[in-house]
This record gives sequence, C-alpha cells and structure tokens, in this order.
Amino acid sequence: MAATEKQPVTGLGPLNGVVTWVDARFPLIKLWEDQWGKYIAPKNFNFWYYFGSLAAFILVLQIVTGIFLTMNYKPDATQAFASVEYIMREVPLGWLIRYLHSTGASAFFIVVYLHMFRSLLYGSHQKPRELLWVFGVLIYLSLMGEAFFGYLLPWGQMSFWGAQVIVNLFSTVPFIGPDLSEWIRGDYVVSDATLNRFFAFHVIALPLVLVGLVAAHLTALHEVGSNNPDGIEIKKQPKDPRTGLPLDGIYSHPYYTVKDIFGVVVFLFVFAVIAFFAPEVGGYFLEANNFIPADPLKTPLHIAPVWYFTPYYSILRAVPPMFTSQFPGVAVMGAATMILFVLPWLDRSPVKSIRYKGPIYKFALWVFVLTFLLLGYLGTEPTNVWGQTGAWLGNVERATVAARIGTALYFAFFLLMPWYTRIDKCLPEPQRVTWK
Amino acid sequence: MKKLSVVFALVAALVVTGALASGGDIKLDHAPGDVRDVASLQAGARTFVNYCLNCHSASLMRYSGLRDIGLTDEQIKSNLLFTADKVGEMMNTAMVRKDAKEWFGTAPPDLSVIARARGADWLYTYLRSFYRDASTATGWNNTVFPRVAMPHALWQLQGEQVLKEEIIKEVDGKDVSDGHGSVRKHSKLEIVTPGVLSATQFDVVAGDLVNFLVWVGEPHQVLRKQVGFWVLIVLGILIALTWLLKSAFWKELH
Amino acid sequence: MSDQINSGRRKIVVITAAAGACAGVVAALPFAATMLPSERAKALGAPVEADIASLSPGEMQVLEWRGKPVWIVRRTKEMLDGIKKSDGQVTDPKSEVDQQPDYAKNEFRSIKDEYAVLVGVCTHLGCSPQLKSAETQGEMGADWAGGFYCPCHGSKFDFAGRVYKGVPAPINLQVPPYTFLSDTRILIGDDKKGA
Repeated sequence: MAATEKQPVTGLGPLNGVVTWVDARFPLIKLWEDQWGKYIAPKNFNFWYYFGSLAAFILVLQIVTGIFLTMNYKPDATQAFASVEYIMREVPLGWLIRYLHSTGASAFFIVVYLHMFRSLLYGSHQKPRELLWVFGVLIYLSLMGEAFFGYLLPWGQMSFWGAQVIVNLFSTVPFIGPDLSEWIRGDYVVSDATLNRFFAFHVIALPLVLVGLVAAHLTALHEVGSNNPDGIEIKKQPKDPRTGLPLDGIYSHPYYTVKDIFGVVVFLFVFAVIAFFAPEVGGYFLEANNFIPADPLKTPLHIAPVWYFTPYYSILRAVPPMFTSQFPGVAVMGAATMILFVLPWLDRSPVKSIRYKGPIYKFALWVFVLTFLLLGYLGTEPTNVWGQTGAWLGNVERATVAARIGTALYFAFFLLMPWYTRIDKCLPEPQRVTWK
Repeated sequence: MKKLSVVFALVAALVVTGALASGGDIKLDHAPGDVRDVASLQAGARTFVNYCLNCHSASLMRYSGLRDIGLTDEQIKSNLLFTADKVGEMMNTAMVRKDAKEWFGTAPPDLSVIARARGADWLYTYLRSFYRDASTATGWNNTVFPRVAMPHALWQLQGEQVLKEEIIKEVDGKDVSDGHGSVRKHSKLEIVTPGVLSATQFDVVAGDLVNFLVWVGEPHQVLRKQVGFWVLIVLGILIALTWLLKSAFWKELH
Repeated sequence: MSDQINSGRRKIVVITAAAGACAGVVAALPFAATMLPSERAKALGAPVEADIASLSPGEMQVLEWRGKPVWIVRRTKEMLDGIKKSDGQVTDPKSEVDQQPDYAKNEFRSIKDEYAVLVGVCTHLGCSPQLKSAETQGEMGADWAGGFYCPCHGSKFDFAGRVYKGVPAPINLQVPPYTFLSDTRILIGDDKKGA
C-alpha cells in the first residue's frame, strides 16, 4: 500500500490537506520533484540558458493566442483574408491577439535558434545528450512545418505563393513528384482544399506533435541532467555533505524558477516593444505583399519566405538545376536540415564547452554563424541584389556565388567536424564550474 | 559579450544594406500624414468617399468605424453615406466588380489595407504622379505605376500634367554619361492645365487622403501604441521586482 | 540562513507574486474581451426602424431585432378594455418583474396606449406565441379577452404581454427599449433618439 506510506504534505498552508489527498492518489509531488522541484541543475547557467524556458513560454503563448484566433478565423478561401482583417478591426482587442501570435511566431524561431546555438557553444548535443538533441531537432522541424502551414492561413499573396513554391518543391521528386504535390494540395493549385487541410495541421495536428515532443525533450533532459557553460558533468562531482547535492548543483526550485521568471519578463518587454510598436518589423515579420489577397493569376514581383526559412531557401536557390531537374536543390536543402540529426556523432571533441575547445572549433563555429546569417539575409533578397560579377567570372550574379560559397561552408562545418574536432588542441576541463 | 555585439552589428548592417537595396527605382516623396490628426483624417475621409469609393471599395471597413476619427453617426449619415443605408454597413463601392473588369480591364482593388501593402509614401507619390498620355486607353499614365489601368480620379483638383523629359549631358560642365555611353535622363512632371487647386493645396488633399488610407489600413493603430506604452511601464516594474526576487534567492548561493 | 534574510525574502516574494498575479489577470482580459460581440455583431444588432403608418387598428406587425421577432400591435379600444378586464387573471398585473423599461411600466405596458411593442418570445422556453383575438373564444375558453397563445406549451398572455395565471410561462413578455421617432416611425432597440 504505497499510498498509505506517503508522508503528509507540509509547507503549503491551507492547501496541505487537499494536496495530501491528491498525492495519495496521484504522484503529484513525485512529478513535481522529478521534473522541476528537486531537479538538480548546475549553478553556473549564463545568458544562453534562458532560451529553453523562453521557448516553452512562447509555445504556451502561441497555443493560447491561437485558440482565441481560431474562434474568429474562417478557413475558407473566400473568407480567410477578410476574417483575419475582421479580427484586426471588429473583434474587441482582436488586433492584440493577432499581433501577439504573428510576433510570437518569429520570436519562437529567434529563441529556438539561440537555444540551438547555445548547444553548439557548450556541446549540449554531445554524449550523453544525443537523444535530447535529436528530440530538439524534431521540435525544430515540426516548428518549421507549423510555421509553414500557419503562414498560408491569412491567404494573402505571400501566403499563397509561398505555399505554391514550397509545395512545388515536392513535385521535383523523381517519378512520384507531380502526384505527390497534387496530393498535398488536394487540387491542381493551392486552393480552398489546401487551406482547409493546412488549417487542420496548423491548429491541431502539429501542436499535438509539438507538445508531445517538448514533453519528450524535457523528460530526456531531466534524465541526463543539464549541461552547463563549462561542459562538465556535475553528477560526477562529490556530494556536498551538508546538502547531499553535487558541489556545483542546486535545486531548480526556487533558484531557476525565479531566474527564469525574470528571463520571461525581460523577454516580454522586448516582445511588447515589437508587438505594440513595430509588429511588421519592416516587412520581416509581416510582409507587405501579404496585405494583398491571394490571387492565383498574379505572382508578386519578389517572393521571399519569412525570415526564419531564408537560410534554407538560399541553399535551395544556390544549387543549379541538374539533368533538367530542380530536385538536386531540394535534396540539398533537405540534407541541410537532416544533417542536424547526426551532429552528436559528428562532434568528436573530447571536451564540450567552447571555453575549453581548441581554436579550430572556435573559428569553425564563428564562420558557421556568419554563414547562416549571410544565407538568411540572401534568402530575403532577389538573387540580383548585389548585381553581377565582371566578365572574368562569366557575368554571374554575385549573390548566387555568395550563396554557393555559403552552402559549401554550411555543409563543411558539419561534414568536416569529425576531423577538425579530433585534431583540435583542447584545454583541460576544470573540476568545478566557473562561477562568479 | 564582445563577440556577441559584433554579430549583432553585422546583422544590423545586413538589414540596413538590404533596406537600401530594395528601395526601388523611383524616388518616393515622403507622405506628410499623422494618424492622430483627426481633422486631416476627416478631410481624407471626405475625399475618399467622393473620389475613390465610386470605383474602389473599402469592404473591410464599417462606416460606423469612422466614429473613431471623431465623426458622429449623424455626420457620417449626412456627409459620407452614399453607398449604403446604414452606418453599420461596410464601405462597399456602388460599382459592380464585373462591370469594372470590363471597363478597366482589371477590377479596382479594395483599399481597406492598401496602405499596408503599398506604403504611405508610394500612395502619396502615386496619387500626384498622373500625367496625360494619348497612347493609353484612359489617356492617363503614371510615373510610379506605368500604364496603370486607373484614370486620374483627382484631375479636376490637380489639373493635367505632362511628362517632360530632358536629357542631361552635363552638370556643372562635367559629363554625366555613364561608362556605357548612355546619358542621364531627367523626367519632370509639369502642370499644363491648372486644376481647381494650387499645387500646394493639392498636396494637402492628397496627403490627407493617404493619411486616411493609412488609418483605414489599421484603425486601432493609435490605440495599439497607447496600450503598448502602459504595457511597457508595467513590464518595466515587473522587471525590477523579478530582479529583486531573483537576487534575494541567489545571494545565499556561494 | 538567518530569519532576517528570510523575512526580507518573504516580503519580495509576496510583492512580486501579488504584482505578477495582477498583471496576469489584466493580461487575461484581452482574451476574454475577444469573446464579446464584435463590431459586426453590434452592427447587425443595431436598432431597427419600423414604419407603422399603414398599420390599421387591431393589426400586428412583426419585425426582426437581434434575431428575435418584435411585435407591434395597434390596439383597439376593445383590446385595451380586455387588458383592464384581465387584471385579476394575470400573474403580475402591475409589471413588478423587470421585463420592461421604466417608461413601459404602466397599465398597458407601453409608451402610447394604442401601440404595444413586445419581444415575441415566450418567457417559458423561447417559442414564439401567436396572436389570438377575442373572437377565438371557442378555442381559447369562454372568458378569453384576446391576447397571445404559445403553441408549444399553452402559455397565454394578454394584449399587454402579461402572462396568465396557471400557465407554464413564469413572467410577462419582454418589452424592448424603443422610442417614437415620429407618430408613424418607431425605433426598436434604442430609447435615446437619433441612433
């Protein structure tokens, strides 16, 4: 009789009785202590460690704002555009909910990119956290799907043509391509049928997947324990005789509870500046052309995906058609995302943190970051943005050359990693974390 | 942190160059409007219903929404309500879409969010850049939107302009032709038949109209910023409180 | 740690928790607000105007306001007498229950005696009653003075919309806010002139 052996809950004042009753029938205290309350984390988390909890916060924000948008949005090609504007104009404070959701979408990617960069900085993908990283990549890919499906819903010109271009990527797959893209659209063009199914994916299918993956991500994290900016395993440290915790370990609650709350509030401040004062962010968060209703007969002059897709879009455009097929570009773009899955096994470095990694990795990481930003920028612009090279290079577009170099560097960072992380001259890791 | 600031500076540089590069070919004039200027919005609304609403709709905008720019239901009814019976109706056009398509070759776009799609400066320059051109179906052309299907709706106010093109070979005695030997052309719009208004007066009318369109594009934009101001104040207080909270707990760690 | 630290910490915990809770409640308001009637719903629910110039005595005109039937009955002398007569038979002869604007809390539940303006929805379960004139005594009972009869569950009302005793409906029919714009035009849904 496990239930009778449990200690009564104390310290919750008037709630003691109720919580004791529930805890006797449901592992409430155990869940809380395993997942957060008594979860032992290193005490030296820095700036980069805010983004995990922020991502979770934004997930909740997106789900809640999404639910309220769904109450007034119409997934119908003849009504979708007007229904979004109906939310913006006629629903009391509907504009606020919509801007929170549209700004939240971009904020989600900013936070997730920084969260992933943190991993590259401190080796959070390295053993024993490979599966944690894999769950994270799955979250990232689901998030891309979620964003892609959601972007069709306002049914503006960029929604329509963005979806048209992306779905057409599938038509380049050899043999089954054309049928495949027709199946995805449910029509010969992006149409009402497409909008309706994308709506279903956006509001229920992928959110369920995302929530499930986040649960798996957190479970895996709490199993292996958090990494930290020094990349050493605090679990291997001797226990502090007074507290019974590893020397550099602290309980998440209350320490990281209060720290993450502070992080969320600071984030909200920056977020509010954007959502209330510049929700379009110069066309990067909300594109001007998306204020023109979808028109299957008129392509906008310049189609660019929303900023968070643009690095991959650049890679897609950088690969020239081969054998009269665009498929190589699509395949390379796919590979650029898939390669993230194997990162833990490409990284052969004996240490985790950039603080103790050698100069080659530091150099490679900065080149990679700049490459990613460059590819991202180029993806927002037409390929003639930098004009053409002189005749000595065959009058090709400079931006395309840059995108090709960028693509090569992107893959080089990953594919050469087993080699350069092994020969790199690493520093010895300390026994204790660096703190204060 | 030093490295971080380098990255941010780089991103900022990329964005700025991008913004400059995507500026387009035509130099746009700066639209003078201010969406908090109720008098300007009301003047713009009058011009809008008198000159635009005959062909264009603003079908996402309700007449009753004009209360937000200081108009009463009575004022809306007696001065602005030509295409509907009730203030609760949408600002639809009297023209049938199909007819419009036959007459102009393309249906005039809805103007509810046109300012968000085109930008205020584009609209302001466009409305002032019509000129006479015998080669087009309507007899009008536009420097901002060449061969646009729309005739100059405000021509009685502005008058008729023509496009004068002069070839500039020298500026201050210096040859300005570029490396490929082509010369620089300078085109200028000139009023040949004056309208009811002077050029300055017309700029004010066009400015008010664009201001109104900017407001129609997002009627709650002033409220949005007002709410935002208070939200930031509250969040600022919460930042201070949560920082104190965090410090209160973390100071006992050694 | 000493008790001093603890009391200082306790203070900031309480203050921050209180401030956070307030901010949280305020942040929830916009979400709740989106569920209020939108501008479209308000426009559709706007007051409606009725032209009663062609309504002859004893006749009823029905129009729709906020998705509900609103009756305008031009009552004859006999109908008004019938109302007086039924005082003893109705549940709430003095209109004590708040089912009408103050200006209609009178003998005939109306602004002008001649015109009854009523929301034609039975106060029992929401069916729409029918007009039964005094001539239908055969089917409505010998002392029927004319009024409304709900076919769903048999509730009866007089020509002032007052409910009879012993029927399922508990209270009188609702009188909507209304105003006379002129002798022949009634605005239903708003009692302040000029909406």
